[in-house]
Amino acid sequence: MLSIKNLHVSVGDKPILKGINLEIKPGEIHAIMGPNGSGKSTLSHILSGKSGYTVTEGSATYQGKDLLEMPPEIRAREGVFLAFQYPVEIPGVSNVYLLKAALNSIRKHHGQSEVDAMDFLTLVKGKVRLLEMDEKFLYRAVNEGFSGGEKKRNEILQMAILEPKLCILDETDSGLDIDALKIVSEGVNSLRSPDRSFVMVTHYQRLLDYIKPDFVHVLANGQIVKSGGAELALELEEKGYSWLEDAEASA
Amino acid sequence: MAKANSSAYVERYADVASSLCGQTVPWLQQQRADAILQFTEYGFPAIRDEDWRYTNVSVLDKQHFAMAQKSVSAVITADWLKAYQLVDAWSLVLVDGYFSAEHSVLADLPEGVTVMSLAKALQDAQYATVLEGKINGAVSQDENGFVAFNGAYFVDGVLIHVPAKLQVSKPIQVLHIATQELTAINTRSVIVADELSEVQLIETFAGLECAYLSVAVTEVFVGQNANVTLHKVQVESEKAIHFGGTYVKQARDARFRHDNFALGGVLVRSDVHTDLDYASECELNGLYLGVKRQHIDNHTRINHLKPHGISRQLYKGVLDDRARGVFQGRVVVAEDAQKTDSQMNNRNLLLSSDAEADTKPQLEIYADDVKCAHGVTVGQLDEKSIFYLQSRCVDEETARNMLTFAFANEMVDKVKIKSLHDLILGQVLTRFPQEGINKEWL
Repeated sequence: MLSIKNLHVSVGDKPILKGINLEIKPGEIHAIMGPNGSGKSTLSHILSGKSGYTVTEGSATYQGKDLLEMPPEIRAREGVFLAFQYPVEIPGVSNVYLLKAALNSIRKHHGQSEVDAMDFLTLVKGKVRLLEMDEKFLYRAVNEGFSGGEKKRNEILQMAILEPKLCILDETDSGLDIDALKIVSEGVNSLRSPDRSFVMVTHYQRLLDYIKPDFVHVLANGQIVKSGGAELALELEEKGYSWLEDAEASA
Repeated sequence: MAKANSSAYVERYADVASSLCGQTVPWLQQQRADAILQFTEYGFPAIRDEDWRYTNVSVLDKQHFAMAQKSVSAVITADWLKAYQLVDAWSLVLVDGYFSAEHSVLADLPEGVTVMSLAKALQDAQYATVLEGKINGAVSQDENGFVAFNGAYFVDGVLIHVPAKLQVSKPIQVLHIATQELTAINTRSVIVADELSEVQLIETFAGLECAYLSVAVTEVFVGQNANVTLHKVQVESEKAIHFGGTYVKQARDARFRHDNFALGGVLVRSDVHTDLDYASECELNGLYLGVKRQHIDNHTRINHLKPHGISRQLYKGVLDDRARGVFQGRVVVAEDAQKTDSQMNNRNLLLSSDAEADTKPQLEIYADDVKCAHGVTVGQLDEKSIFYLQSRCVDEETARNMLTFAFANEMVDKVKIKSLHDLILGQVLTRFPQEGINKEWL
């Protein structure tokens, strides 16, 4: 699905990622954890195509294609989805309009015709119920005036409708209370499938209580310093990150 | 001594004066005489006048516009008018400033409601009496050179009168159409809504693809506790020069709303001035879209004369290419106007490095217990929003179009008359790149 090899990324002259290696196979859930400033968000941004970063070395191959060469919208149409840490408010563009535009872009990209209006509404309304959202959300401007929890739920709603292959969740649990976290997690879990992979970038272990990862990687100072199974997250919760950073420093 | 740019109009005034409407109305004859004197002395506005510092009309020095004559244009057919004329409204059509009975739709007006040609009204003693004190009653001849020019030269226009306590069931549209190359069109409109009445009005300005000067002055009198909404849809030809002045007097508890869509013309100035009495409210909305070399100037003035008045203003501009947009908003709160609540906002979106926005909000407050705020922004599209849309499969160009459209659409969405909303939306969309904004999905 995704193969990242020796990826080095800078912002201006400042190196942020210093040789990331990561293999993600279909159906796997990978959690990327690490302290603030470790490069977690940079990793999710570079995978989704945000500008302002320079790749100085290495590669990221998605389904056999050079991911880093693609403009963001092509990545999205190819099935890469970034759930934002801070979803952007877009006044004047309704949720339903954006969903339809996005879905039709994907269909067009794959040589399919535009979605039928009735089928589309049936699909969207079903997903809205799944995420326990009010249908009124569909007709409101994208994220405008939404609470933190509503914005995150809206991200998952988009994900559920666009059915991506590679989902990158950037700090999805930040700013969520426990009820919203449960709903979001259930939404994500319902999307798990053998051909869909997830990269969850998170500072806290809490999210992993609800979405169980197959692998946990610890990012520190731009490198993956430790990888393991779900139990690694618990160890981090207990000990914090400093022991890894210390270990790295002394190594 | 006449100014260079006005002398030709002054010299030729005597030739046309006797053919202008209202010959039998002495007070109007006096007003016209005063107007031409005023215009002779001051001419068209110059940029040294603070209210005109951003808008240079000296092109009127170089180009003379002959007074438009009454004519029948074969091009203006019912079919042509469809693009502008609302089907679910009464409409009065003025072609080159003159009333066109043929194109107007005025049957079955509610009893007591008057919608008629101003020239006709002036021929009838009953209506002429209504008009006395109304023409030049909401604006003074010395307001600016265009008002004086119009006061001297207007050939026709409309009188709309809504009697007390009547809610007019359908909107009333006044449709101004220009058809003649290099002509000047002068119209004067008087709108009177008596106490407790309610009416929705539309003024539309359109024309054939030619250069002309359109000068329209509208005076509005909103009676006690009456409610008037006036939409202005300015879609003049690409080469047109447009001056439109809307001057309003609001009585106690009166409500007035003005939605100003400035989409057409090459050199455009719009004045919206209103005087608020005790506890009256006004809402002034505007959307100006400038492309190529369009220059669109919006000038508002709200005079809070008495306590408890409320005013809200939101003007939004989208400027591309070498277009220039101006917003000058002035709110004056008189010493007596305590508890005034006023907000003024102007937001500009610049789409090209050669586009320009000049914005000048002014608050003049002489009372000490008021709530007044203003805010202006001039900016570009938000890169974070563009990336967000891209990450949702939308290509960059479409994302830019979507965001630009959304910015403008906030103003279109305020229009609650469905047919008018759709008409304006269509006009706005033709001014945006079509691709990416799929109307059917909106």
